[in-house]
Amino acid sequence: MSIGCSFASPGRIAGIAAMWLFGLLWALPLLYAIWAAIHPPLYATEFELRSPLTLANFAQAWHAAPFARYFLNTVLLVAFTVAGQCVLATLAGFAFARLEFPGRDLLFAALLLQLMISPSILLVWNYREISWLGLANTIPAMGIPYLGSALGIFLLRQNFRTIPSELDDAARLEGCSLLGRLWKVYVPLSRSTYVAFALTSIAYHWNDFLWPLVISDSVSTRPLTVGLEIFATPDQGVQWSLVTAATLLSSAPLLAAFLIFQRQFVQSFLRIGIR
Amino acid sequence: MGPAGAERHAGAWLLVLPAALFIFGFTNVPLLATLVSSLYASPIAGHGGGFVGLDNYRDLLTDPGFRTSVFNNLIYAAVTVPVSVVLAMLMALGVNAAIPGRATLRLSFFLPTMLPMIAVGAIWLFFYTPQYGLVDRFTRFAGIGDINWLGDTATALPAMMAVAIWKQSGFFMIFYLAALQNIPPVLREAASLEGVSRLYFFRRVTLPLLGPTTLFVTVTAAINAFCVVDHVVEMTQGGPDNASSLLLYYVYQAGFRDWDLDTAAAATIVLVVILGMLAALMFALFGRRVHYR
Repeated sequence: MSIGCSFASPGRIAGIAAMWLFGLLWALPLLYAIWAAIHPPLYATEFELRSPLTLANFAQAWHAAPFARYFLNTVLLVAFTVAGQCVLATLAGFAFARLEFPGRDLLFAALLLQLMISPSILLVWNYREISWLGLANTIPAMGIPYLGSALGIFLLRQNFRTIPSELDDAARLEGCSLLGRLWKVYVPLSRSTYVAFALTSIAYHWNDFLWPLVISDSVSTRPLTVGLEIFATPDQGVQWSLVTAATLLSSAPLLAAFLIFQRQFVQSFLRIGIR
Repeated sequence: MGPAGAERHAGAWLLVLPAALFIFGFTNVPLLATLVSSLYASPIAGHGGGFVGLDNYRDLLTDPGFRTSVFNNLIYAAVTVPVSVVLAMLMALGVNAAIPGRATLRLSFFLPTMLPMIAVGAIWLFFYTPQYGLVDRFTRFAGIGDINWLGDTATALPAMMAVAIWKQSGFFMIFYLAALQNIPPVLREAASLEGVSRLYFFRRVTLPLLGPTTLFVTVTAAINAFCVVDHVVEMTQGGPDNASSLLLYYVYQAGFRDWDLDTAAAATIVLVVILGMLAALMFALFGRRVHYR
């Protein structure tokens, strides 16, 4: 058989059908959850096509646990962490890219250890440290171990090094201070790196669970992931309609953001991943 | 270099200091402190504590819970890594071809990766529920009968693997998709003129060109296999009888349920060593690839 197969050869149709079956199977867990969430509890696991649709589960789930507060906590946590990471990584990335100082390369190598060992697996000791600092059960505590980001420093340093030093020199001749040059020359020319890093980091911290679980201990600090886990695994009587509704609710913002900025997200993941 | 130079150095150090403080404070120092504390016994009632050498590690080795967790984790990695990689490649090959509805397919594969692991866990808890879950309905329909997927020692770990594979494969797909789109169409055309079979083309051209992607995805999947236990915490708490416990989950339990910090420290170091070996492997393999360029 030659390779240029005709448009609708049986083999091709079988291939397409197999792909579709694969895609459908893959979507099943999510579709099943959506089904349970948009039908009254009685119909949650009954596939009756004419079963009535409802949004009541979402409303009920929203009020069954302090989800509004959890949302706020997550937004604050993510904003604090990502903003802090960007600022600190900008300063350090610039110094590593453009300044000479004793011990620079050694320090850089030591910081890169974090690419291999994430603070999240050192949670037992970090818990002691944060408690010792008196910060346990606060929103900043959930972000502090991540504020210094080796990945961010690494990416920005790479990018800063590609910026022509003529631009830097010109700004210097105009009397721009070091921080001024950083802000007016380097940062604007690295926008795509910031976007890629920020989107990846937002996705990570929005979804982070284990560290917030151990360090947050009240409604006023708990992020969505921890709140959802508590809601989804009650001691008795799981109400699946409510749990699936709550699950979809808490995933919705990031999913919506992804659907709107699909290309940017995918580009960012690719950029951060392949290096 | 006069005082002006020293001033410049001070300025550079000031720029680096905040980030370095946080990274050292919450990665390097805790790592070192964990290593040191894994060699000491905490003073408890009746015992003085002090330096004990490798005793904590010896205790680990005699702890069936630890042995099971490590063994589970190795199996878990040995299954989730290749299966996710192969599925991701299949997904990418499928949605890269001009087939109807491929945007929908791509979304179906990718959406799970944008959900928090905790949401994925909740969805699969429902999916696996005896009697009500879709999985149980299928098995009953097929005449296999009721299986308590998460409650049976034989199925709990495979059930966790399925969750991880479902969550991460779509993420790896995008890397394959990007790599496939980078393969020059000229190669395809040339092969087609030569009358090369599809399978041969895939084996001799596509697969080698996807090599670097496969390497990257494999290492990432391996790191995930040792660093992500959210679903274990949520769905099985390592049970039944440690059947679904993984290494990091063991650390979490030792540290926050049993408050046995010496054990937690030693187990953390074992995890660090495994991650270190993965990183070394990656450096060795990627380092070699750089020479090709």
